Amino acid sequence: MAVQSLQDIRRRIRSVQNTQQITRAMEMVSAAKLKRAQARVNAARPYAAKMDEMLRSLSAAAEGLDHPLFEKRPVRRTGVVIMSGDRGLAGSFNANVLRMAERLLHERPREDLRLVVVGRKALQYLTRRGWKPALVYTDLGDVPDATRVRRMTEEITGLFLSGEVDEVFLVFTRFISTLNRRVVTEKFLPIEGAASEGDSAGDYIFEPSPDAIFGALLPRYAVTRLLAAQAESLASEHSARMVAMGSATQNADEMINQLVIRRNRARQAAITKEIAELVGGAEALK
Amino acid sequence: METAAYTLSVLTPERPVFEKDVVSIVAPGSEGYLGILAHHAPLITALGPGKLTVTDPEGNVEIYAVSGGFLEVGNNEAILLADTIEAVSEIDVERARRAEARARERLKGLRTDIDYPRCYNAMARAQNRLRIAEALRVHV
Repeated sequence: MAVQSLQDIRRRIRSVQNTQQITRAMEMVSAAKLKRAQARVNAARPYAAKMDEMLRSLSAAAEGLDHPLFEKRPVRRTGVVIMSGDRGLAGSFNANVLRMAERLLHERPREDLRLVVVGRKALQYLTRRGWKPALVYTDLGDVPDATRVRRMTEEITGLFLSGEVDEVFLVFTRFISTLNRRVVTEKFLPIEGAASEGDSAGDYIFEPSPDAIFGALLPRYAVTRLLAAQAESLASEHSARMVAMGSATQNADEMINQLVIRRNRARQAAITKEIAELVGGAEALK
Repeated sequence: METAAYTLSVLTPERPVFEKDVVSIVAPGSEGYLGILAHHAPLITALGPGKLTVTDPEGNVEIYAVSGGFLEVGNNEAILLADTIEAVSEIDVERARRAEARARERLKGLRTDIDYPRCYNAMARAQNRLRIAEALRVHV
């Protein structure tokens, strides 16, 4: 870099320090939000596990699994639910989701795809590329809102039940740990793989009938899955942002250290120069 | 009278709500109310909107509003998967009243842009909350 005046370097240092304060604050805020989001991920597990279990004993007991949400049809159109975040500055969180989504979207002609876009980031990215999403959900909040996810599920299953799409995939980020998350693509509809070999109905009495309970259970099963996906996606976003802001804060530290060295050197150079000038001036007076 | 107790756990999609020992529950089955005592035969049932009455071993009775869900009984424990559940004191009467009025308004006309089953269910849930909140007020 060209020679900078002492003034310039001091200004730089102050500016980096200001940025660092912001990144540090964002890191702490994300840590707090992550804690809440993570608690929600864990709190939702017992219900989901029990429902899974119930679904298995039911599908072993039910006669025909001919619920509309189970219906496998030849696929003409595919729905893709893409879960991103509302905000950026979360490292590669949004980019990773969108990259995975792109891969899926390239497999089929555009006219055979219907997009369900969750989060403002994915919406911006996809509309810029000329996509017209069938459904859009933004302003997600920091933890999932069960009422909204319920409505969301109704609308997405609506696309499937009306025949607008014949299958639905879910692209979202699984939360593994604070430092570890993975974007996954999962089949959402038709609901499949419920019954496996060796599941038994047990000796349960089913009231009113296995099929009736089944009909009531499946829509809720869909809600539970979407709610879990949303919870994990939000927890992933907060953790990604926390980590990104943490390393930004560290980078700022390094930058400040180097600038301080440069500032000291520049100050020393200025002093030396002044002394030299004084000495030079004194010599000239002799 | 000595009555056997069993464990009731209540879960919602969002969180486990509580787990405790009870001697009896009366739950709003989709086909009508059903009572569960200890050592009940294994059972899985769907629940409709209604009143859940829980009696603990000390004889205390608690009443909850359930908006729907499932109940599994077996192994001398009961697991209730509720869409939503509120103790009577937690019921937001104002909100339920508004929801009821809104649903009633929507159900008035015959329009194609309205999802009638959904409206009807919303009204049933709101009325259930109101009924339970009202009933308690009369008792106390």
